[in-house]
Order: sequence, then structure tokens, then C-alpha cells
Amino acid sequence: MATSHIYARRRLKNIIAMVLSVLATGVGLLFLAWILWETLSQGISALKPQLFTRITAYREEGGLANAMVGSLILNSLGILIATPIGVMAGTWLSEYSLRSRLGPVIRFLNDILLSAPSIVLGLFAYTIIVLPMKWATNGDITFSGFAGGIALALIALPVIVRTTDEMLRLVPSTLREAALSLGVPQWKLTVQILIRSARSGIVTGVLLALARISGETAPLLFTAFGNNFMTFNPLDKMPSLPQVIYEYTKDPSPDINTLAWAGAFVLTMFVLLLSLTARFAFSRSKVSND
Amino acid sequence: MSREHIIKSYDDELTRLTGEIVRMGELAAKQLEGAIEVVARRDERAAQRVVDNDDAIDVMEQEISHDVVRLLALRAPIAGDLRNVFAALRIAADIERIGDYAANVAKRSIPLNLVAPVAVAGGLAHLADLANELLRKVLIAYRDRDAEAAYQVWKDDAELDDAYTVLFRSLLTYMMEDPRNITPCTHLLFMAKNIERIGDHATNIAENVWFVVHGEPLVAPRAKRDLTASADFETK
Amino acid sequence: MTNMNEAAPSFAATAQASASDGTMAAAKMTVRDLNFHYGEFHALKNIAMDIPEKKVTAIIGPSGCGKSTLLRIFNRIYAIYPKLVASGEIVLDGENILDPKYSLNRLRSKVGMVFQKPVPFPMTIFENVAYGIRHHEKLSRADMEIRVEQALRSAALWDEVKDKLKQSALGLSGGQQQRLCIARGIALKPEVLLLDEPTSALDPIATSRIEQLVEELKNDFTIVIVTHNMQQAARCSDLTAFMYMGELIEFDRTEKIFTKPNKKQTEDYITGRFG
Repeated sequence: MATSHIYARRRLKNIIAMVLSVLATGVGLLFLAWILWETLSQGISALKPQLFTRITAYREEGGLANAMVGSLILNSLGILIATPIGVMAGTWLSEYSLRSRLGPVIRFLNDILLSAPSIVLGLFAYTIIVLPMKWATNGDITFSGFAGGIALALIALPVIVRTTDEMLRLVPSTLREAALSLGVPQWKLTVQILIRSARSGIVTGVLLALARISGETAPLLFTAFGNNFMTFNPLDKMPSLPQVIYEYTKDPSPDINTLAWAGAFVLTMFVLLLSLTARFAFSRSKVSND
Repeated sequence: MSREHIIKSYDDELTRLTGEIVRMGELAAKQLEGAIEVVARRDERAAQRVVDNDDAIDVMEQEISHDVVRLLALRAPIAGDLRNVFAALRIAADIERIGDYAANVAKRSIPLNLVAPVAVAGGLAHLADLANELLRKVLIAYRDRDAEAAYQVWKDDAELDDAYTVLFRSLLTYMMEDPRNITPCTHLLFMAKNIERIGDHATNIAENVWFVVHGEPLVAPRAKRDLTASADFETK
Repeated sequence: MTNMNEAAPSFAATAQASASDGTMAAAKMTVRDLNFHYGEFHALKNIAMDIPEKKVTAIIGPSGCGKSTLLRIFNRIYAIYPKLVASGEIVLDGENILDPKYSLNRLRSKVGMVFQKPVPFPMTIFENVAYGIRHHEKLSRADMEIRVEQALRSAALWDEVKDKLKQSALGLSGGQQQRLCIARGIALKPEVLLLDEPTSALDPIATSRIEQLVEELKNDFTIVIVTHNMQQAARCSDLTAFMYMGELIEFDRTEKIFTKPNKKQTEDYITGRFG
């Protein structure tokens, strides 16, 4: 009797917990679907080939080609700068800071950087890159894709540091011991075994960092600034998708607004695909050493 | 022992154990032959040698006990291996007893030499032959883990019992005929009983072989043919 | 059998023990006054033992008795973690390996180690074995192939992997991975092989294979095996050391330990009365 009573209560609690979590998941999914639907329905009329072929200079008659190329260049710059530094810093944190008091301090500072508002990082890049360059070149170079790349790198860096650190620490310590007990030196162990074991986790971290920075607008406003033409020179002002979306939503013309929606849809899909790639392509073999 | 153990030294140790048992058994069989021979030859010194040789069997039994303890402690045998090791210990004890009986036969031949030979002594050799055959057959059955052959030995012990009963009767007759025969015939009676006991130990070994192979005791009806101990023996 | 050990002196007072057996091989490793601290914790207390050459020495004892710690001092692998301090001496071929001047490189080429969980490197089967060799020796491709094959054969793994040397080692079964780790260790031609609970993650058949392997390997190597499985120590070692709370309680021939140990504590532990 008593036991069946206990079981009944447990079952009830279980059902309540289950309903609540299903509801929470539903709410999350609902908003995701809603966002996709809203961007798609608002921007569908602008989703045609010229979106990808024509530049923003044509206004209503144009597309977002230069913004997409600009975004590609800016994101690549950001990732190319952040990845080596981030992986190395993460490796140091995980593998070499064991006996150093600096390790926990740096880990803490990195976490602060991770949650720093992106506009602050943009202002920082403006102060240390845009202003000095303007001064050094007598105003020939002011805002630039390069400065934008740095700003994005500053955002990507803590993400990569963090994931590298975490992924390396997931590698079982016995693997380190096994390699060291063969007399293999620490650097070989790190490069040839640990990074290799944690590779897929680290790549996932880089992809997530890429997803994060490809949606950033604020830091680019002070750095890459934007323009209406196809731009490949990183020392020029450089347009980007989020920045163009930002400008276009403020435009009085409804056609321009539609273009902004289409751009938002493309950007959302890109980020979604990136996240899905990171999830599926690498989840199967994260750190497999058991 | 069908398939080999992954750990080869385990097999080596089990094989060694079987070999030791077989060798010990053969030594006991030789002792019995020797004992009967000295009875026929009336050779006191040879008899003493047989008695002394029994020590070798005792030493072998100790070695086997040691090996069994070692196997139990270090290998923790189970299932068939456990039955093998367990049976080895019991068989070694049986063979040790057989050795003692053989030595005892040789020992009693010494006082027997002090009196004139008794005609019936020839029956003792026949009894010993039967016992020896049982022993040798059961050793082969043990070596080959042949439960059927062991069962045959177990049944054949009845013949030995019959022969013993016959010898018992004739010794009684001799004693009744002439009281001077009482001393040698009493010795012969003990010797015959010893040999009959050897047969019983051979059947014990047969039961252990059965147990090793089948994992259960040998249960079968068997006529008890040693009738000399039953109350109505005299009246027959 | 003889009672050579009956007369063995007892070093109870100093918590030392010595396997006394007239027939025993010369000591490969001599441990004297070994103490080990994890920060404040005194993990090993005055350990003294002689590990004989080309024999299997098992170390048993309850969890936390210090048996793995002791093993991890033998190749100084403990030194990769901070706050661990070993003092005393461990003499290997006449030299104290605890001396900071003793090169880690040299020590680890002489003393190989296999761990509790099989830890193959994330590379091919061939590379797993070749990896360690490459660090110590420059070999031609052909010589390397011979060397790898030898190691895999010694580890009784060659027949199972010879057709898939170029495949990832992570695809092997647990038992195969562990034998690969043994192959990787012996490929360096060490003199001492340390096994830290090498079968605790394996099934009984894989365990028997490793035990058989240990028996074969002792022809070439001095083996020290830490195990929490007493029967394993009984089955595959020549000598057994019993440790408790950081002390070496008894060290003797395995047969002696498992049939008539000298110390009550040892008997209580191996018969399952405490621990």
C-alpha cells in the first residue's frame, strides 16, 4: 500500500517535470521557427538571384553581393587571426599552466572577455587600430576591413581559447602519461597526440566562434564601417551583411526593408547551417579514447 | 582435458599432476608385485626392501598434496579443473593406502618364512594378480579420463571379493585340520584381507574417475561379494 | 618442497620486507627508504624491496594502500603533477633513478609502463608502436617495420592486426588495445615493464590472454604488476608484495604468500577478512 502510494507520487512528479521540459523545448523551437518564418515571409520577394549578384549601390534594384563578400572576408580575417592565438593560448592553459599561478587568472580573464559586450570590443579596435592608422597615414586609411577583422577576432578569441582548453582537458590524463612514459617530450605529446585527440572538439569550437562573429554588427560599425561597392582590399572600408541589414532596416523605402529581411534570412540560415555542421560532423568522434 | 587453457602453465601444472598420480600408482602396483614375489621366494631381505620402498610412495603423496594446495591457492580451479584437482588429492590418498597394504603383505612374509610353507599360499598370488589388474586398469582409466573403463573396474572388484571368499574358506579349513597351521594361516588371512582391501581402494579410484568425468558420484547396484563378514557365513 | 622462507627474518619493526629465496635472481631494482608525499599526505612509508630480474613481481593491497603510487615512482611518471615528492632511493642497474640528474629520457626507455585503461594514441596501429621508437632511435623504414612486427608478435597481437596496420588503433577491442599498449611499451626494448592494473577494464578471456603474455614476457623483461585482483597476482607472479596504508607489509614468493603468509595482516587481506 505504502509503496504504491510512493510510486504514484513519483509518477506524478515525473509527468509534471516531463510536461514542463517539453513546454520549454516547444517555446524555444517556436521562436526559432517564428524567426525563420518571419524573415522568410518578409524577405521572400527579394530572394532572387540578383540578391547574390548585384551590389548595394543599386539600392532597390540591387542586391547584397558586396555585403556577403565583405562578411566573408571579415569573418575569415577574424577566424584566421583568432584561431592560432586561441588554440595556442588554450593549449597553454590546459597543458602548461599546471604549476603556474597565472593559469587560473588567465582563465578568469578569458571568461570576462567571453562575456564582454561586442560594442566595447569594437570601440577598443577603433581606438587601437582605426585612430592610429588614420593618424599615421594622414587620413588615407581610416575605417578598414582589417580593423573589422581584428574586432571580430577579439570576439572569437575567448570562444576558441575556452573550447580548446576544455577539449584538451577532456583528453584522459592517462593518454598523457602513456606518451610521457614512452619518453616522448611534452611538445611532441601536445602537438602530435593531444591536439590530434581533441581536434574535432577544437574545430567545433572554431565553427561556433565563426557562427558567433558572423552575426556581429556593433563592432563593425566603428571599424569596417561599410560601403556600397564590391571591396576586396582589407585596408578599405568594407561592407558586411549585418551592417547592411542594420542600415536597410532604418531605410524609409519598403523595398529596401524587404532586402534587409532577405539578408537576415540568408544570415540566419548561414549561422544555422554552421551550427548544424559543428554539431553533426564532429559530435560523433569528439574525444574518443575510452 | 579437451581444449587448452589460455594460460599455458596452468595446463602444464594439471598435466604434471595427472602424471604424478599415474607414476605413484605404478609404483604401488610394483610394490604389490614385489610383495607377492617375496612371499613365493621366502626372501626376507627382499621383503625388507619392499617395506622400505613404501617411503617413496609416501613422499610422492606429500608432493601431490603440495601441488594440489598450490593449484588451489594460485589457480583457483573451477568446474572440470576443480574436479581434477580434488580427485587427484583423493586418489593419491587411496594409492598411499594401497602402498601401505602392499608393504604389509611383504612384512608378514617375514614371520611366514619361519614356518614350513603352506600349500594354500598359491591362492594368495592369484588374489594379488586380480588386485594388480584392477589397479593397473583403473590407472589407465584415470590417465585417459575413461569413465566406462573405470566403471568396469568398479564392477570387476566383485571377482576379487569372490576369490578372497574362496581363499578365506580354504584357510579356515586348513586351520581346522591342523592347529599347527594356525600361525601361518592367520598371517595369510591378514595378507589376503590386505589384498582384498587394495581392490576396494581401486574401486574408490574408479569412483573418483567417474566423478572427474561426470561431475557426480558413481551410483549403481553392486552385489557385495565378500561374504566372509556376514552372520550366516559359517552356516553355508 | 623446502621451507626456505620459514627462516626468513622478519622486518616488522621497520616495515621493511625482503623476498628471501636462495634461488632468486639478482635484484634488478633496489628500493631503499622510499617515502612519498602528496602535499601533506604521507603516501608511502619507508618502502624497501628488491625487485628480482626477469621475474614477475605483483603488488597487491586494498585501494589507497599506495601500490599504484609505488609503481608510478618507478618511472617517475608522478613527476608530471605538482606537489608530489619522493625521497629515498631506487637503484636501477647501480644508479639511483630518483636522482634529478638521472635523465627522464633514459629512465623511460629502460622502464616501460602500461596503464589501467588501454590508451592507444589517435593514430594507426603501426604508428602507435612506431611512435615511441622514433623518439629514441632513427630507423630505416624497413627496420622500423621489422621492429614493429617483433613488438606486435611479442604482445601476441600480430596475427590479429597484421592485415590492418594502417587502420586506426581506436577500432580495436579493449583487450587488443591493451595488448597494443604492451607492444608499444616493449617496442622500446625496456628492461623493466610496469603494469598498472592492466586487466581491470577487460573481460575474463582478454584478461587470460594478458596473463599468458605476462608469463611469456618475463623471459625478457623484469615485470612489476599492480593488481587489485588477488587471484591475478596468484596466477601470474613469482613474487607478491602486500601493501597496506602506505607500508610494505610482506614481500615473499607468491606461493608462500598464498599458502602460508608470515603476517596475520596479509592472511586477513588475501582471505577476504578485511580491506
